[in-house]
Amino acid sequence: MPPPNWSSQLIHLGAALLLLSSFAMLSQRRILSLVNLFALQGAVLSVSTAIVAYTSGASHLYASAALSLLLKVFLLPWILHRLIVRLNVRWDTETQLNIPATMLVGILVVVFAFALAQPIAQLSSAVTRSTIGIALAVVLLSFLMMITRRKAISQVIGFLAMENGLFFGATSATYGMPMVVELGVALDVLVGTLILGVFFFQIREQFDSLDLQHLERLKED
Amino acid sequence: MPSALPAIFTLVAGWVVLGATGLLLPRNLVWVSRVLFPLGAAVGVAIAVFAGSALALPAQTAMLPIGLPDMPMHLRLDALSAFFLVLIGVTAAGVSIYSAGYFRAGEGAAPGLMCLQYHVFLASMAMVVLSDDAFAFMVSWETMALASYFLVTTQHRVAEIRSAGFLYLLLAHVGAISLLLCFGVLQGGSWQFTFNAMRQATLSPAWASVAFGLALFGFGAKAGLVPLHVWLPEAHPAAPSPVSALMSGVMLKTAVYGLIRVSLDLIHTPQWAWGVAVLALGAFTGLFGAIFAAVQTDMKRLLAYSSIENMGLIFTGFGLTLLFRALGQNTFAALALAGTLYHVLNHAQFKSLLFLATGSVLHATGQRNLGRLGGLIHRMPWVAGFALLGTLAMAGLPPLNGFVSEWLLLQAYLFTPSLPQGMVNMLVPIGAAAFALTVALAAYVLVKFYGVIFLGRAREAALERAHDASWLERCGLAWFALACAVLGLFPVVVLGALDRINTELLGASLGTQATSWWAVVPTSTARAVYSPLAFAAGIGVAVLAVFLLVRGIYHGRVRPSAAWNCGFPDPSARMQDTAEGFGQPIRRIFAPFFRIRRQLPAPLDPAPRYALDLTDRWWDWLYRPVADAVKASADRIGVLQQGSIALYLLYSFVTLVALLAFVL
Amino acid sequence: MNDILFGGFQALLAIAAAPLLLGWVDQCRAWLQNRRGAGVLQPYRVLRKLMRKDAVIAHGASPLFRAAPYVQFGAMCLAAAIIPVVSITAPLAAAADTIALVGLFALARVFIALAAMDIGTAFGSLGARREMLIGFLSEPALLMVFFTASLICQSTLLPTIVGTLAHRELVIYPSLAFAGVAFTMVLLAENARIPIDNPATHLELTMIHEAMVLEYSARHLALIEWASALKLMNFTAIGLALFVPWGLTAAAAGPQGLAVGIVTTSLKLASAGVALALIETVSAKLRIFRAPEFLATAFLLAVLGLLVHQLLGS
Repeated sequence: MPPPNWSSQLIHLGAALLLLSSFAMLSQRRILSLVNLFALQGAVLSVSTAIVAYTSGASHLYASAALSLLLKVFLLPWILHRLIVRLNVRWDTETQLNIPATMLVGILVVVFAFALAQPIAQLSSAVTRSTIGIALAVVLLSFLMMITRRKAISQVIGFLAMENGLFFGATSATYGMPMVVELGVALDVLVGTLILGVFFFQIREQFDSLDLQHLERLKED
Repeated sequence: MPSALPAIFTLVAGWVVLGATGLLLPRNLVWVSRVLFPLGAAVGVAIAVFAGSALALPAQTAMLPIGLPDMPMHLRLDALSAFFLVLIGVTAAGVSIYSAGYFRAGEGAAPGLMCLQYHVFLASMAMVVLSDDAFAFMVSWETMALASYFLVTTQHRVAEIRSAGFLYLLLAHVGAISLLLCFGVLQGGSWQFTFNAMRQATLSPAWASVAFGLALFGFGAKAGLVPLHVWLPEAHPAAPSPVSALMSGVMLKTAVYGLIRVSLDLIHTPQWAWGVAVLALGAFTGLFGAIFAAVQTDMKRLLAYSSIENMGLIFTGFGLTLLFRALGQNTFAALALAGTLYHVLNHAQFKSLLFLATGSVLHATGQRNLGRLGGLIHRMPWVAGFALLGTLAMAGLPPLNGFVSEWLLLQAYLFTPSLPQGMVNMLVPIGAAAFALTVALAAYVLVKFYGVIFLGRAREAALERAHDASWLERCGLAWFALACAVLGLFPVVVLGALDRINTELLGASLGTQATSWWAVVPTSTARAVYSPLAFAAGIGVAVLAVFLLVRGIYHGRVRPSAAWNCGFPDPSARMQDTAEGFGQPIRRIFAPFFRIRRQLPAPLDPAPRYALDLTDRWWDWLYRPVADAVKASADRIGVLQQGSIALYLLYSFVTLVALLAFVL
Repeated sequence: MNDILFGGFQALLAIAAAPLLLGWVDQCRAWLQNRRGAGVLQPYRVLRKLMRKDAVIAHGASPLFRAAPYVQFGAMCLAAAIIPVVSITAPLAAAADTIALVGLFALARVFIALAAMDIGTAFGSLGARREMLIGFLSEPALLMVFFTASLICQSTLLPTIVGTLAHRELVIYPSLAFAGVAFTMVLLAENARIPIDNPATHLELTMIHEAMVLEYSARHLALIEWASALKLMNFTAIGLALFVPWGLTAAAAGPQGLAVGIVTTSLKLASAGVALALIETVSAKLRIFRAPEFLATAFLLAVLGLLVHQLLGS
């Protein structure tokens, strides 16, 4: 066993927690809990970024850790919470596939991701290269979540979680080159626009349905 | 005993002679059942004893003066054959004793004829494991299939039994063709069909894989690997219970023997991909069998599916063996092989016990349907007691035997991280998970099996007249119950014997650690220890102490009363869970596995009827398309049949001319 | 010899203290729910009351019905002798490993489920079916949790596992995070706690464990209740041993070490009890058809823990 290397172990732990939260999201039916899990995932991500920053001495990573803390733990969950309250979709979401089956597929996805990541990890020089597999797995699992959910809002969360995976992969594999950070921020902006898009879409859908109910009530009178 | 082989061969021949003697007085039940069957049991014990002594000896060979013109039959007795002979002997002894009390007059074929078929069946199984050339092997293998076919169709007047027998025979032959091809590949261009020649032959990896694939298919058809399992749930309910016991307990194991023989002995360089294939196939078969067993309503079908499950577990163990062996980890391969063979032995014991118990229930009540049984523990305490032991053993509960082999296999799983193959490393935890899930599901199945048949209240009035088994039947059941207990409590002795096979096939042994007398230690005492004796003593002492303390400090007063049942008055027996009801959660969880046709009554129907039909999807996926294709091609070929003799003669003429031209 | 005495003492201690842990959890739950609660000693009072009564047994009961409580209780006692509660040297730990422990729990479950079907009432068989349903998923999950620890420590023996985990250089095992979550879920399900079952329920249709033991009374019921408390104790002790292994003493430490061990273990058990009560208070009971989903999640998380162990190599 190599001498206990604190930071790399902590990053491993962070990676595992990230994966755990991905699976928790995959197995969660309630949208509200989904948002909370997303916030948790963001927190894990920002902590592990900070640890990478500390280990590698790349100070710009502190900035991105702070950024992800702000964005993914506070801002986005807050927006999503408001969205949920507004749209009144706090109850269970329908899933396309039952949860254990989804998780089983998820496990296969993890195995696949690791098989895929092994050659890539060989190229990376970072101490934490075995986390690339987990990053890839988180991305694919988020994809899976988006596929299996019916409600648009959980698809947005899936998309955001996917971005988490990418971000984690970037920081842990390459110590977050500035370009990657920029890319991450750019993606965040993209995500933001996407949220708004779905937001409007969702609202329109909701109003449509509300309208229909109104019409029905009018007819009864 | 310097050479056990002649003695064993004589005893096996003795079985055939005993069977033939049955034909002297074919209708005389007393002669057949009270004289011949007990004698057959004695022969079984003798074979087990001789084979057991041969385990310690080096391999012995012999040549019989019969066979093809330039190819006499070769026999060989090595540790692997000896182990399987012990299994055959022990199981046959128990089943024969039971059969002596079981067969009644007027049930299907004449007793004398059955006696012949039964003993030929036993002898052919023994010959399968003794054969040392492809010819002798195939002859024994086919004799085994035919003899068991006739035994399955004992009550051939029932149409379903005939069709079940046909299905069995069909799959047996498809498998046999595959085996024939496999031996064709294995001879490797030498055109020598002795196993010795095959051992010498060097095959290219691709041809070796072809041979292994053919063997897996052929033996898989006999073992009931999914998707070749469909004959099991049809044939077992059709056959008389002792025959089911033999088929499930012993005949399925000859397939395991064959696969081990081919892949570890004849082809001595297994490839790891084979291991993965066998492991995956076994894991799926195991889970599939357990899930289907949980929803069955016929007690013998339930056991048949549970046999499929256990064969799946055995194959996962063998897959692990191949994997370890191919990647050069012989000690761990030895552990996995020991676990596999131990489970082979265990399954023969507890499955025979339970099949025989269903036989007694069937005789006492005339019912195979779980929905019409119940409460038999009061009417048949002996059978219920032995069946309870078998149930606990099969559910894989310590300190009985099922647990030991499962424990060994799980230990083998824990060594897989040391495999040098990256991807395999990852797949194996999934295999271990499937294994654990299957074992846990088996407990569910067995609680259902035992609870619905023996516990609760009788679901039919006729059950009140059920009687316990005869004393010979009880002896047979007791034999297996004893075997379950002994194999569970003294695994060290068995493992010592199994280690001989490891040394012979793998060149590695579990070493001396495995032979501490009181506990199983696969590798080191820091790694894993299991002592069934300490375990049994611990639980026994705890139970006894608690009992005495409660009695001593308080009292043992009992007030009999009506069942409370939350105050609902007079619960009728129909309010108990049915077999369908008990399987319902499994049906719900694993719904995609089944094709479900359900007929629910309307809410206000005055005469509500609930019908549920669960079928195996493999019929639709595999068998019906194949049958349709066969029928379509038969229709096309049917054009040749025109009914005119001149035309048929023309066919012969053209064929003859074509052949002659070919020779020219 | 000293080891055996020492271990035996700890097993007896665990058996005697089991109702106390149950009482503590109930009391914490009462506090958290703004009730006064019956006090931590309530389970003992219940046991004493039940022991004194005459056993009322239904007419159709077979010997199995009367034997099952003893077997269940005996199995739990044996488990207490395998699990390191206070010290690493449990008396029978060298004879039975974690796999045997899982088998032991299964043995108890199968017996009590069979006994539930014995009288032939609707509720009994319903409870048996549900209990087996939970068992067939939670057992493999528990086994996989043990496997994760076993792979880390290269052993399936609990004392070795605990010893390795406790005396390591502080190494973090990510796979244990998965195992921990899975184990918590299994613990809740196995001990008939709230998301799966309600220990205080009186509504027959939602019962699982209680439905099985409806026909039991007096000393048999007392043994079953005690065995349930002991099961909770055992599971908590397993959880503590796997995930918070520090503070267990060895037999060599002598009486002083024992005293220290008892104090630390009591503190750990007490805080585990608070955590358990908290979980039970904040979560709602699942519908019975969601229970398999919950347990399948636990099972798959445990499998994932194994995978993560293989993948990260730690």
